[in-house]
Amino acid sequence: MSTAQPEALARDVPPWLFAAAAVTTLPHALHLPLWLSLLTGLLCGWAAWLWWQDRRLPRRWLLLPLAVAGSIGIVADFGTLLGRDAGVAMLVMFMAMKLLEMRSRRDAMVVILLGYFLLLTHYFYSQDMPTGLWLLLSLWLVTAALIRLHAGTIGIRENLRYAGLLAVQALPFMLVLYLLFPRISGPLWGLPQDAFSGKTGLSDSMTPGSIANLVQSGEIAFRVRFDAAPPARPQLYWRGPVMEHFDGTTWRQSRQRRAPESIQPAGPTIGYETTLEAHSQRWLLALDAPVTLPDGASLDGRLSALAQQPLETRQRFRLAAATAYRFNAEEAPAVLRDNLQLPPNSNPQTRMLAESWRQQAVQPERVVALALRHFSTEDFYYTLQPPLLGRDGIDDFLFRSRRGFCEHYAAAFVVLMRSAGIPARVVGGYQGGEMNPRDGYLVVRQSEAHAWAEVWLANRGWVRVDPTAAVAPERIEQGIANALPFGEPLPAFLQVRADWLRDIRHRWEALNNAWNQNILGYDARRQRELLSRLGLPDADWRSLAIALGVACTLVLALITLWTLHHRRRVAPELMLWHRALRRIRVDCAPGETPLALAARVGNSKPELAADFAAVVHHFLLARYAPENPEHLAALRAAVARLPRRRNP
Amino acid sequence: MRLIDNLQQRLFRWQDDGTTSIRLGQRRIFIVPSRGGLLFALALVVMLIGAINYNLALGHALVFLLAGIGISGMVHTFRNLHGLSITPGRCAPVFVGEKAEFELILDNDRPMTRRSLVFEADKGMSAIVAVNGHDRAKITVPVGSHRRGWMALPRVRLSTRYPLGLFTAWSYLQPAMRCLVYPCPRPTPLPENTLRPLGGISNGQGGQEDFSGFRERQPADSLRHVAWKASARDNGQRPLLIKQFAGGSDAELDLAWSATDPALADETRLSMLTAWVLEAGSRHLHFALSLPGQEIPAGSGEAHQQRCLEALALFPS
Repeated sequence: MSTAQPEALARDVPPWLFAAAAVTTLPHALHLPLWLSLLTGLLCGWAAWLWWQDRRLPRRWLLLPLAVAGSIGIVADFGTLLGRDAGVAMLVMFMAMKLLEMRSRRDAMVVILLGYFLLLTHYFYSQDMPTGLWLLLSLWLVTAALIRLHAGTIGIRENLRYAGLLAVQALPFMLVLYLLFPRISGPLWGLPQDAFSGKTGLSDSMTPGSIANLVQSGEIAFRVRFDAAPPARPQLYWRGPVMEHFDGTTWRQSRQRRAPESIQPAGPTIGYETTLEAHSQRWLLALDAPVTLPDGASLDGRLSALAQQPLETRQRFRLAAATAYRFNAEEAPAVLRDNLQLPPNSNPQTRMLAESWRQQAVQPERVVALALRHFSTEDFYYTLQPPLLGRDGIDDFLFRSRRGFCEHYAAAFVVLMRSAGIPARVVGGYQGGEMNPRDGYLVVRQSEAHAWAEVWLANRGWVRVDPTAAVAPERIEQGIANALPFGEPLPAFLQVRADWLRDIRHRWEALNNAWNQNILGYDARRQRELLSRLGLPDADWRSLAIALGVACTLVLALITLWTLHHRRRVAPELMLWHRALRRIRVDCAPGETPLALAARVGNSKPELAADFAAVVHHFLLARYAPENPEHLAALRAAVARLPRRRNP
Repeated sequence: MRLIDNLQQRLFRWQDDGTTSIRLGQRRIFIVPSRGGLLFALALVVMLIGAINYNLALGHALVFLLAGIGISGMVHTFRNLHGLSITPGRCAPVFVGEKAEFELILDNDRPMTRRSLVFEADKGMSAIVAVNGHDRAKITVPVGSHRRGWMALPRVRLSTRYPLGLFTAWSYLQPAMRCLVYPCPRPTPLPENTLRPLGGISNGQGGQEDFSGFRERQPADSLRHVAWKASARDNGQRPLLIKQFAGGSDAELDLAWSATDPALADETRLSMLTAWVLEAGSRHLHFALSLPGQEIPAGSGEAHQQRCLEALALFPS
């Protein structure tokens, strides 16, 4: 018992708050500027040291300049105080400063609420499973700190157990709210510019080396689940940007609008569902050639499927494709002219070579075959580390270095074709994919980024030609890890060739995929699906609110029952005592002691006196010396010796 | 004000709880969000808006989990009071101006510890207690005493915010308990002339001179006799010590209302008599007390002293 001021902080409360502050700010060190992380660590350390030494907290006039200096530093670093990243930086700094201002329980409450708030900000940067797990642990610790703050005194273990119990009881609430709370998709207001940053993926232009850089990344670009058996690997061309304009080094998309495609499927339609990671571009990376598109998506006239908005979050789409097709057998002359464009006075040797092929062969198909044979028979190498190329890059590549990656071959091939008068263009995208046997998803990574060529042939339309296949057929058949020459340094994740390691990776990625699909991917559309499966089709917000209210009430009732229910334990010696009184048919008056009762029984029923005196003796021992279990056994035996109750 | 009182009376079902045990049921426990709870709710709303705006699936989950923790915390705050048994205990008499300490016995028949139970009967004076699972604890509720006579325990507000501090649950208790408040002693030298020998040999002032040791201070002992140095040695861990003197006088002292200055107010005269009774008691004197309409024959010892003090406390004004 104490009569201390309830608002003052007990001595052993601050360490909990330090711990809460540490776990909620620590992961931000991954992306905050170094000086801010150091400042935060220093302030936390200072607060902890002051607590350890039991010293006074610094005065306000000392903290104010520090706060101002920190804010100025943040403005200098981020250019603003209002953006998402700057806001997170401010919160982290406030948290550290508040630790130096912790005088009362209210200050501690602010630290804890800031901690909860900081937990949310981590999701701006990552929502994967390890983050989720770390934040669950942090939540547990912060809640324990909150309990410690209001408990008076409580042991560490009991505190943690209590916080865990509360979190477990909160889980059903979370589940109900997660499933039934009306989901609003899309931002409520314009997002700050830095809302999406640091996304990897194909860019809308191609220079020598750009794809080779992308290939170094093991990140997943998208996952695909086919309705039926997946097509063979050499047919898995996922189309991104089509690049028609060449300035000598860089290939770019043409700004010209194109008439709608005419696609004639020449085989079965393959349905699939693709889950694209955010890449900040509009293309859907559809399998060639797309025949069914999701709502809101469209084709751009070059067979690239585009979404309405750039993909800033992970999204799922349903599509269908026909891998055998004929595409734009008739093409507008203007388009064909565009696809013959070459920068003037460049690459003379290449032009001469193409000219000579053109004279050898009458049909464009023959020219294509000659070019491919040139790549496969001459001394070309497929490598991630090509030498730098000069001003006439294609000439350098074709006649001198002869070492290149897919973008070199695609670019050289298109320049050759255009020089020979055949309309051609570069297509960027991904080729292949790795089937995860654990969950049946085809995983396509950045390392599968690829560039190939497309030529237009009369009556056949645009035909895909992949010159890389002529140089390194393994790239198309088996993937990049098998196509690169022995001894070439592989991207780190590709070096894993042991089966068991690959199996672990497959399991991990399948788990991540399940997490993404089922937990992170739960949105307004999935909510509607769930509700219609629960028998609430076309649920509007009103019926949703009713369902939510009913479910929450039920959960609250269950938790209340769970929490308040307890069986009142009656001590065993008391039960035996009452049994003894029933047997001898004696009532105990209020306030009558067992010894007084024994005396009364001795007077009124002398035949029972001895037995009952034994019961009283053992009852008193069992009741007041409970540490010895023999007393209880003796009492039980004494009660058994009493005469059984007979019906009169 | 009366309207508000009436409203509170209806709302909180204030009732006299008598002298029996009170078991807190759901009908007499009230619960509302605390200021911290409102702040928490506000933070959750802001977080939810952030989660929607940035389309953070786990952000939604975090907000909903926190909301769930808040709500189950509410049930736990309620449970911290629910089923608690409160039995009135004793209350030792005090002098006017001292804190009366009403003892309550708390029985917890749940396996979990009930913590941070705040008892407040008098503004600004509270006592906090925890009761272990399946255990019993005593608490003394402090109440300031301002007038001599019987002081009833005012309505006690028992409140708690444990475990999360987001909700305040409270209950009103009104056990029938009273505390006897003695008049505040007004230090005055003993009236010499009323000292008359009781047969045997008088030892004069011996009782004040032959120091024989210490004893613990009782509430009725005057502060003048506290052995401050000796008491300070144990840092206030134990009650204050009183110097004891051997050779108590066998003289009989007649402490009479008439011996006090009639020009003084009645209360002052009572205070002087109180001081005399204490002084005489601490010197183990044999004394009688005579008040208008009441005579207490000569005697000595704790019981006699208390009887005198009681008469002084309850002297009709």
